Formats: sequence, structure tokens, C-alpha cells
Amino acid sequence: MIEIDQISKVYDGKAAVDAVSMTVETGTITVIVGTSGSGKTTLLRMINRLEEPTSGEVRINGVVTTSMPGHILRRRIGYAIQGHGLFPHHTVGRNIGAVPQLLGWSKEKTRARVDELLDLFSMDPAQFRDRYPAELSGGQQQRVGVARALASRPDLLLMDEPFGALDPIIRARAQTDLRRIQRTLGSTIMLVTHDMEEAIHLGDRVAVMDGGQLVQHGTPAEIIQNPATAFVADMVGGVDRPLRLLSLIAVADIVEDGPATGTPIAAEASLRDALSACLWSGRDALPVTRGDAIIGRVTLPAIRAQAQATA
Amino acid sequence: MSGGGLRRIALTALLIALVVRPSWFAWAFAPFAPTGGPVIYERASLLSLSLNHLGLVVLASTAATAVAVTLAILVTRPAGAAFLPLSRTITNIGQTFPPVAVLALAVPALGFGSGPTLVALFLYGLLPIFENAITGLTTLPPATMEAARGIGLNGWQRLNRVELPLALPVILTGIRLSVVIALGTATIGSTVAAKTLGEVIIAGLLTNNTAYVLQGGLIVGLFAVLIYDAMIRLETYLTQRVTGGAAGR
Repeated sequence: MIEIDQISKVYDGKAAVDAVSMTVETGTITVIVGTSGSGKTTLLRMINRLEEPTSGEVRINGVVTTSMPGHILRRRIGYAIQGHGLFPHHTVGRNIGAVPQLLGWSKEKTRARVDELLDLFSMDPAQFRDRYPAELSGGQQQRVGVARALASRPDLLLMDEPFGALDPIIRARAQTDLRRIQRTLGSTIMLVTHDMEEAIHLGDRVAVMDGGQLVQHGTPAEIIQNPATAFVADMVGGVDRPLRLLSLIAVADIVEDGPATGTPIAAEASLRDALSACLWSGRDALPVTRGDAIIGRVTLPAIRAQAQATA
Repeated sequence: MSGGGLRRIALTALLIALVVRPSWFAWAFAPFAPTGGPVIYERASLLSLSLNHLGLVVLASTAATAVAVTLAILVTRPAGAAFLPLSRTITNIGQTFPPVAVLALAVPALGFGSGPTLVALFLYGLLPIFENAITGLTTLPPATMEAARGIGLNGWQRLNRVELPLALPVILTGIRLSVVIALGTATIGSTVAAKTLGEVIIAGLLTNNTAYVLQGGLIVGLFAVLIYDAMIRLETYLTQRVTGGAAGR
């Protein structure tokens, strides 16, 4: 559990981060979202003490972060940033193994961990371990950057706009990968973004920052349904709100018995995808599949009810 | 083998022959010697002069590299940033002093011989190395530096594992410029009795013997060209390593 307690950062008498408190549960993704200058990156950088807080403290599993030197603390906290920041003169394997090596792991253990992570990110270890970052595509470099941050099984993974430099398609894939890997490893992640779409897609919790203050902290559904301020409402995008809400609900949640024809939709897909498929193919109901079996259907009125009932 | 490789071997062979068996080239230099005068410099062995010349350059450049790189590292640390303008001024002064003036000033203190030459070469070598090291250490990719701190490297580890390896090609460029300047400047050292190849050139100038001047000049020139070339190849190799071989493919 990460406890952020009344943490502030003052530059030249102006508070970049103003008495922010929040608690992050172990094994969850918290997305900090805000416009540029909202203090979200400063907040993140104070957690691993790349910036020293002016006041307040952070506790990781009950241990105050200032109880150890900054670089020792940072070896225990994963850190991935926009533009990956890989060491260009080290191979992929050495980049990923950087923190284990700092922590004094044996060569065999580090190597096994590097291969395990490459596998996890769908990169063949034999093919990629000895390559240099410049020989990889942007998406691959980004994956290696996240793998490096995860290498020592850190208590916490901090990510600062990790997907900011990727094109939309690679970006969506990277987000899905991150979600999957987080579920597999049970990591605790704090991620900073300016993209509310990304926040809603990835976050178990979303924290909205505005002018250095934490204006709302809750589940994506709470943020969409009850924006605390006009700014939050603006961030979740007035007209898109019902669609964003639908994107949080899986088809499986409202599947019903009954006939339907045409191309089926997967039970794990979101209601937004289902709505889109209905509109595009001019159907009122879609068959729902789990694996290869049809388990029922999802209807347009049922989708509409979900968007209405909660909005 | 490439044309460049062949040319390199031919030039190296020519240089070795000129230094070790100068008499082989008497026919070539004879037209430039005064009638009846000596063609080949024989007051000292060209080999020992060359070794001395190179020795002075290596010694001075090593010292200049050590001092300039250390200085550059210190002033690019947060604690040393205040000294950046001062250290720039000092190395710039080293450069604006004409080498002859340095020799003249150093002789009373150090006496005749290699001492003053070494001082002049050292002072002259500082600036290019220092400026390049500063450039190399201040233009590192920001994301890499941020990540280096973020994953928990301390200041010393960042310097050794990230900053210096990434800045090395640029620092080497500075060393190369400095070495080539020193190779030429060392000839002037002979005016204060340093045993360098300048001795041959100065003897030629004093006795109106163009054959001597050509001999000395040719040897110094060949050394400069070959060393410059070798260092460029080293830089290219290191740059490829730093950028992960991509530049070479």
C-alpha cells in the first residue's frame, strides 16, 4: 500500500503540488490525469524522490521514503518514462538487467529474469536479448523500457506518460499489454497521463489533478458519473460521457438469452464496441460468444438502458 | 582490401623508411640541397628524434587529457557549475598564448630542453579537449539521463556507466585535435633545444638547406596524417558502439 500524506512542492513561493493525499492499494493501477502544469508529473517524481517534497511524506508499505538514500529507494521502485530512456550503448538484456545488477543479483538469476520479461512482452529472448535499442522499433523500445522498470519485481511501478511517444495503434496495444502484465504480476502501478481515455481504459482508480490539487480520486465510473468539478466534467468530455461509461462495462455483464444473427461479439468486449457493431451493421441484437460457444445475445435496448440508468 | 587501406599501408611504409633509412631517399632530396652540401640530416638519428617528438606529444596530451576531462567532469556536476565560466576562461587563456611566448617565458623557469616544450604543448592541448568534453557531457539524451537517475544509479555510477561512455566519441574528437596541434607545435620546441623533429627543419632554415626542411616537414606531416586517421577510425568505432551499431549498418 502506498500512502501519500499531505505532500507539497513549492517552487518560488508557488505550489506546484498542493497538499495532496491519497492511498494506492497494492495490486492496482492508479492513473493520475491532468493538463500540463497540473503538477501530476511533479507528484509522481516526488514518490521516488527525483524531486524532494517541500512538505509531507510518502509511505510505501508503511516505510517512510525519506528513511533511505534516494538512489537506494529508486532501485526498489520501477520507473518508466516517455521516450523510454534506454541506455543506447547497452544491449536489451543489459538494459533490462540494470536494476537487478545494481541490487547484486547473480548473473544467472538476472539472465533468467531478463528472458522471462522478454517472453512476457512477446519478444523472443534469443532474438532480442543481444540487440541494441537503436535496432528496435518504437513499440519494442517502449516495451523494453517497461520491462526494465519491472525487472527487480519492485513494490511500485511509476510511469510518466509511458505511451506518449507511440502512434495510436501501437499505443492501444501497449495499453492492453500493460493491463495484462499488471494482472499477471499483480504489480502496483501509478501512471501519469494527460489522456482521459487512457486513464479510463487503464485505471482501477483515476486521480484528477488541477492546479496542483487533487480534485477527484475514484473509480473511472465514479469520475464519469459524478465529476466533482466543472474541470473534471470537462476532462471526461461532456458528450462522450455515455460512451465512456459504456466502454467500462463488459458485454458479459448484460448478456441475455435469445436469438441473434450475424457476426458475433466476444463476451469480454465492452458495450461501446457492441453499440458500435449494432450501429454499423444495422442490427438490434448481436450474438455473444465466449471462446467458440455462443452464450446468448446482447441487445440495443439493453445497451441503451446501461447508458441511461447510470448517466 | 579497400583503397583507403592500401593507401594507409603505403604511407606507413614510406614514413618508416624515411625515419629508419633516410639515405634511401638521398636522390629525391638532392635537388633541394645546396650544391656540395649534405642532403640527409645526420647530426642525430631521425629515429631517436621521432621517438622523442612522439614521446613529448604523448606525455603532454595525456596530461592535458587528464586535466581537461577531470575539469570538465567537475564543472558539469551540479556542485561545480559555478566554476564553468572561470575554467573556460583559464583554458582559453592557455590557447591565446602564442606557443613561442610560452617557450620564452618557460625557459627561465625550466631551463633549455624538453621542459618548456612540454609546458607549451600541455597548455595548448587543454582547450580542445576541455571544450569537447563539456559539449559531450552536456548534450547527453535527456530521457536516458532521467532514466539513469530514475532506476537508482548514484552520481558516480551515472558518470561511469552512462555519461562518460556516451560522451567518449566527442571527447576523443577533442583529443584528436589536440594531438595533431601538438605534433606540429612540438617542432617549435627545438628553438629551445628540445630534441624533436623541429631540429631538422630549423637546421635546414639556418643553413639554407631546403632538403633538411623537406625531410623534417615530411616526417612530421606523415605522422600527423596517420595519427589523425587512426583516431578518426577509433571514434567511428566507438560511435557505432554508443549508438548500438545502427550507424554502421
